[in-house]
Amino acid sequence: MEDTQWPVWEVFVQGNPGIPHKHVGNVHAPDAEMAIQNARDVYTRRSEGISIWVVPSNAISASSPEDQGAFFEPSNDKPYRHPTFYKIPDGVKYL
Amino acid sequence: MNIQEAKFQYLLRLGDSSLIIGHRLSEWCGHGPILEEDIALINIALDFVGNATSLLAYAGQTEGKGRDEDALAYLRDEREFRNLLITEQPNGDFASTMARQFLFDTYMFFLYEELKNSKDETVAAIAVKSHKEITYHLRHATEWMLRLGDGTTESHERLQSGLNDLWMFTSEMFDMDEVDAMLIKEGFAPDLNKVKTAWEKRVKEVIAEATLQIPTSTFKQKGSKEGKHTEYLGFLLAEMQYVHREYPGAKW
Repeated sequence: MEDTQWPVWEVFVQGNPGIPHKHVGNVHAPDAEMAIQNARDVYTRRSEGISIWVVPSNAISASSPEDQGAFFEPSNDKPYRHPTFYKIPDGVKYL
Repeated sequence: MNIQEAKFQYLLRLGDSSLIIGHRLSEWCGHGPILEEDIALINIALDFVGNATSLLAYAGQTEGKGRDEDALAYLRDEREFRNLLITEQPNGDFASTMARQFLFDTYMFFLYEELKNSKDETVAAIAVKSHKEITYHLRHATEWMLRLGDGTTESHERLQSGLNDLWMFTSEMFDMDEVDAMLIKEGFAPDLNKVKTAWEKRVKEVIAEATLQIPTSTFKQKGSKEGKHTEYLGFLLAEMQYVHREYPGAKW
């Protein structure tokens, strides 16, 4: 069946100045301007943000679930990559 | 008519227009063309009802007979309503609703810009708050005017026909009577000729950009200032007021 919906846009909202825009969901819209308006109505009704970004969903390239093993699991047995792996000597200040 | 009665009438005109167009828009709930637009329409409807709540509460205080915003909204009959005729017109199709919103939002945008300077502090405060909301309403309606007008043959025709049907209700938005004259002198209300100039300019610009035509009909329908309405208001009130009249003071 033909998809009669408008294109999907991913919505990113910035909660406060200086912090990153965070992905909050998506909206359908015929173009970017309307996507921002729809995002405003769907995601920022309760003072959630001060800035909105929208990106066409098809512009996002994603890793695939099959890549999960190769991409992410090798780090499971490398606890030394986490700062908590290291004991902090008693004398160290300001860490 | 004394100044208090004039203020009461004026506040009813503002409040009733917002209440009725808000109710009309709420009829789209669950019927919007897509989910996102459904939410947008209802957000806007809620803004109008919120604005009406403030104005009718203040109208009740001004009248001084103990009527609150609910009493004014739910316990008056058709001939006591002072909303502009354009606000009670049925939604029709989506294009027709957008035509109505655009014509009225543009009016409200310039009217409330003036009301921000009212010497009445409450009116000025309501206008400042509402103007931010109206700015968004107008933007929403304008974007749809451009997309439907300059869209497909069908969307263009539907929007043009919506504009043609509603055009006769636009001139009464700028009519002034004794109430306006008294309140302009008081610095309470603006001169609507100023609003009219700005409205005509903006409406012409957007209609031209949307590749639509300014309707040519010169017939003018008026009556709202005397409570003379089109046949649609009674049905709207029946639905809007039913629950309150059946269960007075009901809360949920």
